[in-house]
Amino acid sequence: MIQVIAFYLFAALTIAAGAFTILSRNPVNSVLWLIVAFFNAAGLMVLCGAEFIAMLLVIVYVGAVAVLFLFVVMMLDIDFATLRAGFIRNFPLGMLLALVILGELVIGVGAYRTGALELGTADGTAAPAPGASNIEAIGALLYSKYLFLFEAAGIVLLVAMVGAIVLTHRQRGGVRGQDVARQIARRPDEATVNVKPEVGKGVQL
Amino acid sequence: MIGIEHYVIVSSVLFVLGVLGIFLNRKNVIIILMAIELILLAVNINLVAFSSFLHDLTGQIFAMFVLTVAAGEAAVGLAILVIYFRDRGTIAVDDVNQMKG
Repeated sequence: MIQVIAFYLFAALTIAAGAFTILSRNPVNSVLWLIVAFFNAAGLMVLCGAEFIAMLLVIVYVGAVAVLFLFVVMMLDIDFATLRAGFIRNFPLGMLLALVILGELVIGVGAYRTGALELGTADGTAAPAPGASNIEAIGALLYSKYLFLFEAAGIVLLVAMVGAIVLTHRQRGGVRGQDVARQIARRPDEATVNVKPEVGKGVQL
Repeated sequence: MIGIEHYVIVSSVLFVLGVLGIFLNRKNVIIILMAIELILLAVNINLVAFSSFLHDLTGQIFAMFVLTVAAGEAAVGLAILVIYFRDRGTIAVDDVNQMKG
């Protein structure tokens, strides 16, 4: 019973937050609704026994991606009113298309329920070991069968990080930075001068 | 009892909301990127639900890779957005075709 209540709570909140994300007038509110959607989706995943992915969703999405979005939205000084100009005009066509896609998907699920489709069953090679927790089972699979894929994912992240840095890095003129090579190459005889000023004249610096 | 159909329907609705978001906010790249994140979230819910109901962990591993790609995509997309805004002072996607070359 509590499972059913929790499922409907999480599902309703996920869908409502997703709707507010795309309909919100202010993009800051959109990002916050996106965070709500991620949290409730993580709840849905906990409900079907995938704690590790749920925690990953909270850490990666809420902790990193959503905060990145928030940074960009607040850092750029964007006139959002003009960006919303086509909203009403696109609404009927968008709604129509969305309803068509949703109808197709629901028809697909209905066809599956009537037993018209045979999806096959898992072959059991990736089944969780009995008694092992979710994270243990995922770790055992990830570091054996999917090791190369796991490392490839690391390379994807590395390339994305380097790409983001290269894209946003800019050389600004007029910045007085430290030039280590010049500092090291400097010798005492070219850096200092020996003067003998006359009395009462002062020195020229 | 909650069956797999319930999860599939939730993820379908979320997916359609993502597609609708791309259609409605055609000018605002930030909302479009968020809509793509919603679509990827719907895919992840689907993968995890099937993985759990079929007792096969491959779906959860795959959801992790989807998560990786989504994080990279958000980082690079927002970086492109920042340099685009720095160059033009707006993020309207209507004149993005001037970026070519």
